[in-house]
Amino acid sequence: MTEHGTGVPNVNEDAAVIAGRERMSEQVVRTGAFGTETTGDTSGYGGLRVRKQPPLSSEPPYGSYFDEVADTLAGALEQSGAGFGDAIERVVAAHGELTFYVRREHLVEVARKLRDDPALAFEMCLGVSGTHYPADAGSELHGVYHLLSISRNRRLRLEVTAPDADPHVPSLVDVYPTCDWHERETWDFFGLVFDGHPALTRIEMPDDWKGHPQRKDYPLGGIPVEYRGATVPPPDERRSYA
Amino acid sequence: MSTAGNTETEGRVYNVGGQDWDEIVAAADDGADSTRDERLIVNMGPQHPSTHGVLRLVLTLDGETVTELRPVVGYLHTGIEKNMEFRTWTQGVAFCTRMDYLSPLFNETAYCLATERLLGITDQIPERASVLRVLMMELNRISSHLTAVGTFGLEVGATTVFLYGMREREKVLDLFELISGLRMNHAYIRPGGVSQDLPSGALEKLREFLGVMPGQLDELRKLLDVNPIYLRRTRDIAYLDLAGCMALGVTGPILRSTGLPWDLRKSQPYCGYETYDFDVPTQESCDAYGRYLVRMDEIDQSLRIIEQCVDRLAAPRPPDDPVMIGNAKIGWPAQLAVGPDGLGNSADHIAHIMSQSMEALIHHFKLVTEGFRVPAGQVYAAVESPRGELGCHAVSDGGTRPYRVHFRDPSFTNLQSVSVMCEGGMVADVISAVASIDPVMGGVDR
Repeated sequence: MTEHGTGVPNVNEDAAVIAGRERMSEQVVRTGAFGTETTGDTSGYGGLRVRKQPPLSSEPPYGSYFDEVADTLAGALEQSGAGFGDAIERVVAAHGELTFYVRREHLVEVARKLRDDPALAFEMCLGVSGTHYPADAGSELHGVYHLLSISRNRRLRLEVTAPDADPHVPSLVDVYPTCDWHERETWDFFGLVFDGHPALTRIEMPDDWKGHPQRKDYPLGGIPVEYRGATVPPPDERRSYA
Repeated sequence: MSTAGNTETEGRVYNVGGQDWDEIVAAADDGADSTRDERLIVNMGPQHPSTHGVLRLVLTLDGETVTELRPVVGYLHTGIEKNMEFRTWTQGVAFCTRMDYLSPLFNETAYCLATERLLGITDQIPERASVLRVLMMELNRISSHLTAVGTFGLEVGATTVFLYGMREREKVLDLFELISGLRMNHAYIRPGGVSQDLPSGALEKLREFLGVMPGQLDELRKLLDVNPIYLRRTRDIAYLDLAGCMALGVTGPILRSTGLPWDLRKSQPYCGYETYDFDVPTQESCDAYGRYLVRMDEIDQSLRIIEQCVDRLAAPRPPDDPVMIGNAKIGWPAQLAVGPDGLGNSADHIAHIMSQSMEALIHHFKLVTEGFRVPAGQVYAAVESPRGELGCHAVSDGGTRPYRVHFRDPSFTNLQSVSVMCEGGMVADVISAVASIDPVMGGVDR
């Protein structure tokens, strides 16, 4: 909280004002609402500018069993040379769930530790789900893994990101064979390439399909439907309030 | 018979036209390759009665032995997850209920639990709504298991079992119709509660159902439990042990047939399951017969839970006992009623919003047109469906529509294990293996 590098804290400016200014300098990810763009907008929402959300990050203690998991994993990673901070970008504890954002080059190592360390014992992986954030420059594609420890009755989420320009993450099939079909599905829908997968082919879409349909830049499609004289536009062209 | 295809890339290709097996064998016998390669690749499905819809299995056979099995899925992909991104959170229920069409109420519950956790209203769901959810899910578990057992019987040659299974399932569907208005694809469970309270007469029907069901199940068990043909088709068939289940992420009756009593209703309870008295049946045989026994025992346990639900629903109620969350900005306000011109919003509700409360009208209008906003974040909510862990990974960007919804469907994951169960076994046992997994292709492909 310094002013123009003088090193003197500005007591007049309170934290909320600074936070607000930082928020306003974020990238605009969406404008307008209700589909209004030109005249006829009496609501004022046509001029709405929604800015990018800051990334969530939690500080320890995380609560529940989360601290124990984080500490044990940190110890296990320390032993093998990689530090917790090197492998895990950030930690989010929200809605009673723990998420580790793992740097993709450390994903396999982290997963192996989580599976094999007897104090962690995440024996089961519940598959991969993808998410596409076009506004999140540099990490547009996310792979989300849900792990389950049956012996300790715990859950954990791993999230790994990759840029659209280099959509590669390592495959977890060697650690959790169940990821085989799940990784194929995520590749099929998002174009996220899982390096080291034994046969990364399409699973839901036809083999000769072009594009990856669950990406946000892939249109939903659909045609307008006429019903009793009125025309209903396809769902992705209808008025949106979000 | 004709031969066609590129012999360099595909080897010798024979097109079988029917009634020409002798010619095929003769042609294969005097083939150029002296090794007498007897490998036969057979395409089973996607339109085959025993593939539970549209599953395709590419079998490599050596005589009658399966040396390689590759399941091919995707024929029933309908883009439900993508479609849900273009509808409000409440409308999403009507989409996800259609995924695994044999257990629609589990799809709805998983999705609603995820939505409610994102909203932070999990502990505000009315008690009665949770009891109704449990009641409907357990009824659904019975109907789903009856379909699984019935079609299993049909596929190994016992037509009567199928007819009995469908007959009993019909009783459950009648109850669904009475309570939710629909036999399948109910959209009954909504974020915040359930769409309707029990109609009058439902408790009597439920008690009647609880009275006749045990006898009917006994009849079904008499046909199968010690039937020598059924035992030879299922015992020690489609073996998958605990280590295999762990590696392949297999859950549900397949996991419990290895002796591990893992049931999310017990281990990570939701909807108040911790307050019900029931057991988790297990078997140690790791085979198709064990899975059958687990399913039948689970039906008995579901009946126990339903009985407790009915007792709770029959207990005297406080005058204001809702089935939808009281928060007017989230809870769907209207109740349906049959009026002179058919089914629609109840006359009481119309009178309330049109002439009594301006706020109620505003809330109704905003919820119907715009929906409610869900705070940004992501959650994973899982329920124990008849086939295993059904998880819903929901992501919100703070808007009125889901940013991304992904369903971890147990059929999808469990179906991966069919290769492991079948390779090295007889081709006839592939049928038993697929039936014992009980995959529903609507859930696999979504």
